[in-house]
Amino acid sequence: MLLAEVNGSLSAIGYGLAAIGPGIGVGLVFAAYIQATARQPESSKLTLPYVWIGFALIELLALLGIAFGFVFK
Amino acid sequence: MVGVVAEVPFPPDVGEFFPEPVVHGWAPWLTKFPFLVWLAVAIVILFFLIAYRSPKLVPTRTQWIAESIYGFVRKGIAEDVIGPEGVRFAPYLASLFCFILVTNMFGLVPGIQMSPNAHIAFPAILALLSWVLYNYVGVREHGLLKYLKLSVVPPAPWYMLWLLVPIEIFTTLLMRPFTLALRLFANMFAGHMILVVFTLGGFVLANADSVLIRPISLLSWAMAIAMTGLELLVAVLQAYVFTLLTASYVSGSLSTEH
Repeated sequence: MLLAEVNGSLSAIGYGLAAIGPGIGVGLVFAAYIQATARQPESSKLTLPYVWIGFALIELLALLGIAFGFVFK
Repeated sequence: MVGVVAEVPFPPDVGEFFPEPVVHGWAPWLTKFPFLVWLAVAIVILFFLIAYRSPKLVPTRTQWIAESIYGFVRKGIAEDVIGPEGVRFAPYLASLFCFILVTNMFGLVPGIQMSPNAHIAFPAILALLSWVLYNYVGVREHGLLKYLKLSVVPPAPWYMLWLLVPIEIFTTLLMRPFTLALRLFANMFAGHMILVVFTLGGFVLANADSVLIRPISLLSWAMAIAMTGLELLVAVLQAYVFTLLTASYVSGSLSTEH
């Protein structure tokens, strides 16, 4: 007896799972930046380039998920 | 059933990114992407030439925009990340920033709606340039052997080096250009894909069998507009991030610590 059937690519589920880690990571980066700025407002300009570097490095993990979702089709 | 609006192919796939050659059946590489890259180069060169044709002490609006862009890259990226000696890299970084910015913006211009950076080839060449730049700068600054020692041998106890050195070689010499290219490519690729999904998805929803589902197409199109706004942010951010990371790799090559 067939109860349920799922169509489409498993990559969609895989990408959903792959996006969890980078999501948490990007959240931590901006949380740390907000906290640092709240504690030391004058440091906000100093730390901003590092925020974007950290954001970019973590965001890449989610983007790898998109790219490999198409690669492993 | 007769559709309310035009029937569209759905879901979109990667074929979206491979348009027909300009002249059908001849020169398969000659799609719209080479023209877009040439156009971007022309826009950047002409804009700065015109803005600086007759520089004034009190700048005109065009001159002010050009000076702000260059000043932002020079102060905000070159000097802040690399330090005072970073000024000599400011022209390259500013060109890189402007070129990536203009090519990213093509993804939003109606009628073009496709960034050349959504093809891995263009970001790959840009990343290769950055890779050559930071390695060349490092070798010139320290000499080949000292540069290799500085960049791949971390300050760790000797018995850990067998593990750490291969990792460092992998990350600094191989992964950096790869990730630079992939980041820009995947952002533009995913951005275009999101816009296509929401726009075409609106058509599919409007053609749905149930009358209750059809109004949701308006939501889908509203999302497409909102996502265009997000794409504008991403286009600027990715140009900034690519330039910033290039500057940070150059600064790593110049520094005397690991």
